[in-house]
Amino acid sequence: MNLTEKQEEIIQEFEIFDDWMEKYEYIIDLGKDLPQIDEDKKTEDRLIEGCQSRVWLDANYANGHMHFTADSDAIITKGIIGLLIRVLDNEAPETVATADLFFIEKIGLQEHLSPTRANGLLGMVKRLKLEAIKHISTAS
Amino acid sequence: MSELQQKRFNVREIRDEFPALRQQIYGKNLIYFDNGATSQKPKLVLDAINQFYSKENANIHRGVHFMSQKATTEYEAARQRIQQYIGARKSEEIIFTKGTTDSINLVAFSFGHLLSAGDEILISAMEHHSNIVPWQMLCERQGCILKVAPINQRGELRMDEFERLLSKKTKLVSITHISNTLGTVNPVKEIIEKAHAVGAKVLIDGAQSIQHMHINVKELNCDFYAFSSHKVFGPTGIGVLYGKEDLLDRMPPYQGGGDMISRVTFERTTYNELPFKFEAGTPHIAGGICLGKAFEFLSSIDMAAAEKHERELAKYAEDMLDTFEGLQIIGEAKNKTSVVSFSVKGIHPFDIGTLLDKQGIAVRTGHHCTQPLMDFYQIPGTVRASFAFYNTKEEIDTFVAAVERSLSMLK
Repeated sequence: MNLTEKQEEIIQEFEIFDDWMEKYEYIIDLGKDLPQIDEDKKTEDRLIEGCQSRVWLDANYANGHMHFTADSDAIITKGIIGLLIRVLDNEAPETVATADLFFIEKIGLQEHLSPTRANGLLGMVKRLKLEAIKHISTAS
Repeated sequence: MSELQQKRFNVREIRDEFPALRQQIYGKNLIYFDNGATSQKPKLVLDAINQFYSKENANIHRGVHFMSQKATTEYEAARQRIQQYIGARKSEEIIFTKGTTDSINLVAFSFGHLLSAGDEILISAMEHHSNIVPWQMLCERQGCILKVAPINQRGELRMDEFERLLSKKTKLVSITHISNTLGTVNPVKEIIEKAHAVGAKVLIDGAQSIQHMHINVKELNCDFYAFSSHKVFGPTGIGVLYGKEDLLDRMPPYQGGGDMISRVTFERTTYNELPFKFEAGTPHIAGGICLGKAFEFLSSIDMAAAEKHERELAKYAEDMLDTFEGLQIIGEAKNKTSVVSFSVKGIHPFDIGTLLDKQGIAVRTGHHCTQPLMDFYQIPGTVRASFAFYNTKEEIDTFVAAVERSLSMLK
């Protein structure tokens, strides 16, 4: 599945929800299911400090693809991280760096990626892309 | 006074005067419990904003034309209304600022100018960052020393420690009247008396008090009292610093520019009289006039009844929330009002706030600009519901049910 297909799939999944609370129930479940980052990897350099919730991101590059694990102290933030990783994990660094994450707006979660939300998610997306850019230069 | 005879308190009637309260958020009736951050505005204020910019807009204090003179008269009338409301001796003691933060910075700069290395400033452990950072900056500039009076687990100021820290070296006590995070009402009258006994001046951060109780600066005998318009039903971008005239007279100006001067030459500038000495540049004219309207509105409210109602709301909410497993009320002072802050074991406040928002309920989550206080309680933040006199018990019933639903989803 390519990046667009993965996002379309998520949008379809969200279409069945009638109201906001059902949507968030699903996001919370995703957050609970997300494999947690190893405790020893919750280091300062992997931390993206939001004003309210905090995010840890571990990025690796192997065999031409980026691999991400992440965690947050807030479960809703964590659920949204789960969605972002589902889209961006196992993609080429070039794809990650230039990704248009249109699904976020389509499922109505754009507020979580606004600069004022202060939950560390916007910072995390920036960091994801920066990590990918690093490996584009390594590869070339 | 005719206004005294008209004082009233009927929540339904008052609510009708606030258009912002009559709207739906995500398909639910809005419940606005973020009054500690900012209050909604009554129609009297909204109409005045429209009226000013539609018909009366002009610069003040220097104009010869009709509109300028009218705007000047209204702006100065607003100052007088505020003076009368808070019981200041003279309107010269009412300085218009940008808000509480600006008022405190003004004192830190101008009163701070009169201090020397080794002089002490005493604050409390429950202060907002706005009543911490300006003093830290002053200490860095002038070698003053910042002392912090601790609180107990209930979130009350430890008066024994406060008195121990108070000495002849203390030049200023700067303390919040009501904690924005805990709702604690500090015994400011006692604090002021004790501070004066050692010769210290006292600044009261009134950002969270003037909208909740009757304030009289003469009775309190505070030296400075600071508050923001937007938390007291007025527009954003304007606030007030009350200061005793003799003190303000001794303090040098805060900022230079138009309006604050008497005569300017390249060699020497002399400054204008109070209050203009502290009001450089074109002020927030519409803001000042409409803050006057907010006080006209407040003058019609029976504040003793309003305060009683708000305390009942807080108690009602607290008693119900307290029954939830793992939920801890943060701030259990004997004397508290209008704020219910809580944290829930294993659940991030941000998650609770997000789910409440989707149920149409506006609360604040996070550290509320009181990070040292969060460190004291060893929590990342709280969920804070803060009430105004237009809130109702029915709203609290809906809120408590929404908290219950949120917690069941998050556990």
